Amino acid sequence: MDKQAIIEFQDFSFQYYSQSEPTLHNINLKIYRGEKILIIGPSGSGKSTLGHCLNGLIPFSYKGEITGSLKVNGLETKEQDIFKLSKMIGTVLQDADGQFVGLTVGEDIAFALENDNIPNAEMHERVKKVAQMVDMHTLLASSPFELSGGQKQRTSLAGVMIDDVDILLFDEPLANLDPATGKTAIEIIDDIHKNSHKTIIIIEHRLEDVLHKGIDRVIVINDGRIVADMNAHKLVSSTVLAENGIREPLYVTALKYAGVNVTSDTQPGHITTLQTELSKTALTTWYNAIQSDERKNDNPSILKMEHVSFSYDGVRPILDDINFDICEGEMVSIVGKNGAGKSTLSKLLCGFEKEDRGAILYKGENIRDKSIKERAKILGLVMQNPNQMISKPMIYDEIALGLRLRNVSEGQIAERVEKVLKVCGLSPFKSWPISALSYGQKKRVTIASILVLDPKIIILDEPTAGQDFRHYTEIMEFLVEINKLGVTIIMITHDMHLMLEYTPHAIVLAGGRKVADTAASIVLTDSRVIEEANLKETSLFRLAQMAGIEDGTQFVQGFIDYERRIKNR
Amino acid sequence: MNTKMKLFSYNSVDTSIHRLSGLTKLICFLLLTFAVMFSYDIRVILAVMIFSIAVLMLSQIRYSQIRLMIIYVFIFVLINAVISFFFSPEQGVKIYGTRHDIANLYGDYKLTWEQIFYQVTKFFKYLSVIPLGIIFLLTTNPSEFASSLNGIGVNYKAAFAVALTLRYFPDVQRDYRDISQAQQARGLELSHKAKFVDRFKNSLLIVIPLIFSSLDRVETISNAMDLRGFAKSETRTWYTSKKLTSADYTALVVSALIFVITICVSVFINHSRFYNPFI
Repeated sequence: MDKQAIIEFQDFSFQYYSQSEPTLHNINLKIYRGEKILIIGPSGSGKSTLGHCLNGLIPFSYKGEITGSLKVNGLETKEQDIFKLSKMIGTVLQDADGQFVGLTVGEDIAFALENDNIPNAEMHERVKKVAQMVDMHTLLASSPFELSGGQKQRTSLAGVMIDDVDILLFDEPLANLDPATGKTAIEIIDDIHKNSHKTIIIIEHRLEDVLHKGIDRVIVINDGRIVADMNAHKLVSSTVLAENGIREPLYVTALKYAGVNVTSDTQPGHITTLQTELSKTALTTWYNAIQSDERKNDNPSILKMEHVSFSYDGVRPILDDINFDICEGEMVSIVGKNGAGKSTLSKLLCGFEKEDRGAILYKGENIRDKSIKERAKILGLVMQNPNQMISKPMIYDEIALGLRLRNVSEGQIAERVEKVLKVCGLSPFKSWPISALSYGQKKRVTIASILVLDPKIIILDEPTAGQDFRHYTEIMEFLVEINKLGVTIIMITHDMHLMLEYTPHAIVLAGGRKVADTAASIVLTDSRVIEEANLKETSLFRLAQMAGIEDGTQFVQGFIDYERRIKNR
Repeated sequence: MNTKMKLFSYNSVDTSIHRLSGLTKLICFLLLTFAVMFSYDIRVILAVMIFSIAVLMLSQIRYSQIRLMIIYVFIFVLINAVISFFFSPEQGVKIYGTRHDIANLYGDYKLTWEQIFYQVTKFFKYLSVIPLGIIFLLTTNPSEFASSLNGIGVNYKAAFAVALTLRYFPDVQRDYRDISQAQQARGLELSHKAKFVDRFKNSLLIVIPLIFSSLDRVETISNAMDLRGFAKSETRTWYTSKKLTSADYTALVVSALIFVITICVSVFINHSRFYNPFI
């Protein structure tokens, strides 16, 4: 590699005008031409701000004070504008749907060229060429509503590559993608890196998923400072991850549980490079020592679907003969790729749509004739984005809303809201405006506003989307607490960690059919289900295979139970 | 999911009308509309109407696609006719300068041939615009709207706003439905059971979250557009703009001729915007 820095931060600091403290402190960082870099850090660490400084959104769109120097291609960015920077650095934003500005794939890819006044004929030619590189050339006339999340992301990628930029910046490329599509995204990025030798910068908080393919250096950011700058092997064998609230790869956790001393000599950065020779015996011994506790939930059934089918247009079935049975007090995850029928399922449960055939039974009783409002006593729905639910400025009023709409007396409301505030750990914020809360706290408020209605079952749509490890753990442990109060919890999710760690029971949908209904450890080790539902095999399974353990599924289950025991201690 | 554009349900059939560029169709639409709006000569209006209905047939638009629109327009035009009679029953007499009474209706309201002729002319004037509008909306690919608007001189930022509206309208619609359902599950009553004031207050419970979640969206869109150089120069080109073909020029010339003839009829034959059969 020629040692020519393409990006150079020197004593670089940045403070938003709206903040009292700088978000970035004294950043010194060199990125060389052709490198592939991962910038990782928890939420609020400043990693997105760093990305915004690179692509020019800072100071162009977000105002603030810059000190020190940031050079891209030897040019001081302060003296450039966002348009000149966008010719050197192409940015793929995390919201694949929101950044799709064209009415069709072709238009979206051509957007930058249109703004450059490129003649129509040349534009069509270049669009076709770039679309071919990301395998979207057959879909140029498709509208965003016909595309999957992965296809939208590839369109965005083509849209920035069309300018032949030197540097590609990916801002949380894995957010909103299902596990298999996320894996493919990382592979596509790797291919582009290998074929074009462009400099690649990935901003993410999901370490293990990015490390599916090689990375030259990982830069860890926390509290606005660079806390580590090393290769993946050194990083996962150091204490940096634990100290900065980043989840280490699961197989590394397993190695540590087994008492293996994880050092960079064993090349633990990627599961594919890991040397297991030394740790085989330790893993086998540990595996034999952990026994999975046979916990059979023998509570009575609380929610049951029998032969449920549904279609919006009467032609294409969205749900096709779905059967399942959820017991009281369970924590269940419903997984499957976008369009598999997950959200439709929750709509049927809440009564927003009515099943065409089959029956939904609550404690053995058909709830077909119950209205939306009546079902709310049984079942509460928490939407993914808290902003989609919050309609009152004050926390107390927001939580009380459902009760007020039911004409409960103010005295009783006060009592019930107090109780829920306490359960949700929101008592200290009782009289706060909601706008002063963090995203995670807002999420709690929305859960509280459902909980106050005293439902027996709560359905959560992607409860942990976009959350870093610490917030993820906070939200999930909070849900475990609620679950212990006797509330049955159903989660619609893409997050395989969530599924593995928190839901003993997983229902998998693909193409409107149920393809699995069993333990999460079985789902994530069954290659047929994984493929059908766009999931990804857990690295624990791979580790078990590498260590020569025969029953990989049992190993995964043992790991989950072991971890649960440690957490409960 | 039923999230496809339904606002202007563009029907993609391959006809000579569909093949015309959006810009041509917009200009022809404007020319013909101006022509019938300018003229109060029922002969001209009927001629343009027959012409536009012929074009409508040519573009293979089925009645079922436009039934709802036509019903609405009929109701509107009828109400308009009734109201204009009640407010100015003497308008026809004033315009044509003669009076041929038919009947005495009630008090000062007298029905005259002049009024009937004037209102019939106006009725067809409105009706003749409908097929033109339908042709433009249903045969122009939504992607071409923005470039067509820009083509007739609308600022490209404003023109692009039209494209963005078409792009994000279904998203906002879906958000609205999701939010509304989630709030109903919390006990929100939107049906007629609730009092009007309550219904108004309740609709705020949907609109406020909708605004806040849309603001998130706006930030993403504007960042995405900035990062790809939107608004950096005075002009921009369009991926979807079509090169004008001989068919386009023919259509433009025909429309321009109709426009000019209409004006000439008014200026040289009628010596006013009105055709007066009463003198």
